[in-house]
Amino acid sequence: MKEFMLLFRQPDYDSRQLSPKEMQDLAKKWQDWAGGIAAQGKLASNGPRLSFEGKVLKAGGVITDGPFVEIKEKLGSFIIIKAESLEEATTLAHGCPALDSGGSVEIRPILHY
Amino acid sequence: MLKELFQQEFSKMVAVISSLFGLQHIEIAEDIVSETFLQAAETWGIKGLPPNPTAWLYTVAKQKTLYHFRRNKLFEKKIIPALTTQQDQVVAMNEDLFSQENIKDSQLQMLFAICDPAIASEAQIGLALRVLCGFGIDEIAEAFLTNKETINKRLFRAKERLRESNVKMQLPPVTEIDKRLDNVLHIIYLLFNEGYYSKTQNQILQKELCFEAMHLGLLLTEWERTNRPKTNALMALMCFHASRFHARQASEETLILYEQQDEALWDSSLISQGQLFLDLSMQGAELSSYHIEARIASWHCIKEDSPEKWADILQLYDQLLLINYSPSVALNRTYALYKVKGAQEALKEAEKLKLENNHFYFLLLGELYKSVDPEKARSGFERAYELARTQPEKQGIKEKMGGLDRAAPIKKGRPD
Repeated sequence: MKEFMLLFRQPDYDSRQLSPKEMQDLAKKWQDWAGGIAAQGKLASNGPRLSFEGKVLKAGGVITDGPFVEIKEKLGSFIIIKAESLEEATTLAHGCPALDSGGSVEIRPILHY
Repeated sequence: MLKELFQQEFSKMVAVISSLFGLQHIEIAEDIVSETFLQAAETWGIKGLPPNPTAWLYTVAKQKTLYHFRRNKLFEKKIIPALTTQQDQVVAMNEDLFSQENIKDSQLQMLFAICDPAIASEAQIGLALRVLCGFGIDEIAEAFLTNKETINKRLFRAKERLRESNVKMQLPPVTEIDKRLDNVLHIIYLLFNEGYYSKTQNQILQKELCFEAMHLGLLLTEWERTNRPKTNALMALMCFHASRFHARQASEETLILYEQQDEALWDSSLISQGQLFLDLSMQGAELSSYHIEARIASWHCIKEDSPEKWADILQLYDQLLLINYSPSVALNRTYALYKVKGAQEALKEAEKLKLENNHFYFLLLGELYKSVDPEKARSGFERAYELARTQPEKQGIKEKMGGLDRAAPIKKGRPD
């Protein structure tokens, strides 16, 4: 088994428009998706969670508040999974709720050497 | 879980953060709180529920607030040199931002701000539902039978009025509290009615609307200056009405009329709670319309008819008309008159009302004519059917017309 990191990127959408019910449904989707991977014994680490806000340091010492303006998608968080191949890891990434909101999941093998 | 927490905590958190940024930046507060919940949805989904979810929400919201605040301050520093009041608030930030005390104060301030007569408009109720009760935009749209876009526009307008009128998050001075309290009570009353006689057929939503209104009323009873007889009268009124929630609805599509309700389904604890509030409302000389309506509602918690019951109700409606005329009060008064003095007497009064576009009016005429002139009864019901807007109402009227055909025993038609 190899390890892969799944990085979620999501557009910065208007969370004010989400209803309590939709918030709850969203939590359940993440739970079902991560739970599904864990149930197969393929969740290596559910990683630290990143807060949405932050700063970006650029060349020349330019500091900006968060990646919100510069790029459409922001890095959400990540988990580490176990899979035989990049193909299998990609299959496991299917159903990630980040995709529902027009986001993406990047699947990157972890180098252990 | 997250849904309940949202309903419980959203308005508290928005109130606290708004009191920091000022009401003109209420959107920032909404954004911060919504984002906190969004983050909770993702994090709790993957990591599981934290040991103390509310504390988690408060911590994350505080962190976000601090972040936004610093960014905001930086921005304002460049434009406005000194902002001493905001610096005071930074100090306040470091103490317990979401303490029980601070939450309660902020919620009361927000309640008075949102109910400020300066922003009175159709949008005010929407804003109250959003900011005071934590309803989602789509839920508000459903309650008003409209779409999200319309609600967003209304909320935007209401917030603009908040800014234009320079409404502040502060409690009114002691000398003004009584007058301002009237506005607050009125908005709570409208919120409750919005749920109780809702256009939506979503029962859960209806109940949530009513209970949120009661929750706000309760908040007022917990503060000495707003715990007035009229506040308790409104609480009593809401408790009595809410006690019949389970009994009045058979399914999404059918409302059960008062007369056919199963008393066993009435919520007796809410009735006794209402009685308690009614007793508290009797202290002092003040008599508000809520007092009278609460007493009428308390009579309706006793199912059996008695001459005393209807005589008292009639008298109460007469009093209510003097304080607060409305077509529906006039109609209910006529019904009470019918119960006390019979159809002939009531018809004389009813014919004078001439509420030509009110389906309840024709429903009442239909009822009153039933024993006197079946043909006139039929035309009353027919007109009521044409004017009725909801399917359950139309269905109820149809049954009444059927009843005429079968010359069945008279069923009374006070929808409740």
